[in-house]
Amino acid sequence: MSEKFDAIVVGAGPAGISCAHDLAKGGAHVLLLERGEYPGSKNVMGGVLYRKMMEDIIPEFYKEAPLERPIVEQKFMMMDKESAVTFSYKGMEWGKEPYNNFTVLRAKFDQWFADKAVQQGAILINETVVLECIVENGKVVGVRTDRPNGDVYADVVVLADGVNSLLAQSLGFHKEYRPDEVALATMEILKLDKKVIEDRFNLEDNQGCTIELFGDATKGILGTGFLYTNKDTLSIGVGTLLSGLIKHKIKPYELLEYVKSHPMIRTLIQGSEPQEYLAHLIPEGGYHSMGRIVGDGVIVIGDASQLVNAIHREGSNLAMTSGRLAAETILLAKEAGDFTEKTLDHYRVRLLDGFVGQDMKKYKDSTHHFDQNPHYFDQYIPMLNRAASQMFTVDGQSKWEKQKKIWKDLGSPKEKMKMARDMYRAWKVVK
Amino acid sequence: MSEQKKYQTIEEKQYLVRFNADTKSHLHVKDESICLTKCPDKICTIFCPAEIYKWEDIRMHVGYEGCHECGSCRIGCPHQNIKWEYPKGGHGIVFRLG
Repeated sequence: MSEKFDAIVVGAGPAGISCAHDLAKGGAHVLLLERGEYPGSKNVMGGVLYRKMMEDIIPEFYKEAPLERPIVEQKFMMMDKESAVTFSYKGMEWGKEPYNNFTVLRAKFDQWFADKAVQQGAILINETVVLECIVENGKVVGVRTDRPNGDVYADVVVLADGVNSLLAQSLGFHKEYRPDEVALATMEILKLDKKVIEDRFNLEDNQGCTIELFGDATKGILGTGFLYTNKDTLSIGVGTLLSGLIKHKIKPYELLEYVKSHPMIRTLIQGSEPQEYLAHLIPEGGYHSMGRIVGDGVIVIGDASQLVNAIHREGSNLAMTSGRLAAETILLAKEAGDFTEKTLDHYRVRLLDGFVGQDMKKYKDSTHHFDQNPHYFDQYIPMLNRAASQMFTVDGQSKWEKQKKIWKDLGSPKEKMKMARDMYRAWKVVK
Repeated sequence: MSEQKKYQTIEEKQYLVRFNADTKSHLHVKDESICLTKCPDKICTIFCPAEIYKWEDIRMHVGYEGCHECGSCRIGCPHQNIKWEYPKGGHGIVFRLG
């Protein structure tokens, strides 16, 4: 491969494909490198794809993309060992155009999406690992791949190599992550009859529901579980900070089994057959963990730049937006014939000014705060469950008596003060 | 419909996954003696989601063929004692669905 490209994009996930798609569409000569057998073969997410950011790349994609179900209901279960307090929103407006979000299976979806980039003119090469960036005089000028004579050159290299961005790390853009900056998620795809899914989750044809699980789903460790409906499968998973698994010496797949056997969950997945088991890291360090994302001849996008909003389980949308903005910047740089950090910095500015940067900043302290204060999960959620049980159990006691008991359950005046302070602090880190 | 089994083992889970293993490992314990002498917990044998790290009396066995390439071991090893690379292009885990 001796030919020179305008841009080389490393990694065919939502960020890389978005970037390659828009670059090719803008007339750039772009190479998209993927280490897996096909795009999606290494990619894992719970399964929610957001319509707006995807439409910014491909308008009305939902008319042809391989999607599972448009989500019409989002539930949040605050779980104790044998109970749950559930909040939910269901709205029919989400079930029709323009939709809010969809469940997808990544191996299928990413292949389709990469194909759209190829149709725009991007050159996709699979089964190729980028070993390092080729740097000349402090400027990234290409990549060294694991193919014979595998050096390829370009004006700009886009690192979309995911959470394990060894490339950004080797450029010194960010340090190795700590175990409290990443969440380890394990999940399974469970086969279940389409009709059974619809009956069990109160859905019509082409409607889906997502359930996020807090509290006992992660045995009180910081993290969440999830259960999403696909066409004729369910995606069930659980993710916790790696530091939490280490501290509590918990095996991640046993935690997944614990969630699957939880009395609030097991009835929903009963009779299903596991189809695939997947594990992946999620970068959850947030804004504080973001390293450098721009250099001479290089831009970092998606998970490789820590773009995840853990509180709202958003990631693929941030990835797509970062890919789109990177492409926009590179096209401007191409026009100017200048690929220095100064010009490419336009990407960083646009990213941080927009919703991506705003949301990253908004939640910058949240992971750390909830990690340092596990009682939100292991005390307050059980407390909430006990209060609900007390209030809704009709046993001859007056409601006043019940309220008194709930109030007493909150602990001593000192503990109540601490709780009030915790609620205020929780509000502060997410406000 | 068969009744849901109470617990599924990691072996059963791994059996569901397609791997196209390379002939050589992409994971290396840098210094074997550290695992033996300085690491009583051997926590990688606990948190690795594919249980590829197994302690065998005096040495760490690395069953790289079943690796999900998640990166946890590189980040979670308390002694930064794991050299972690991506498997050769086209090799390693192949997700078909998720």
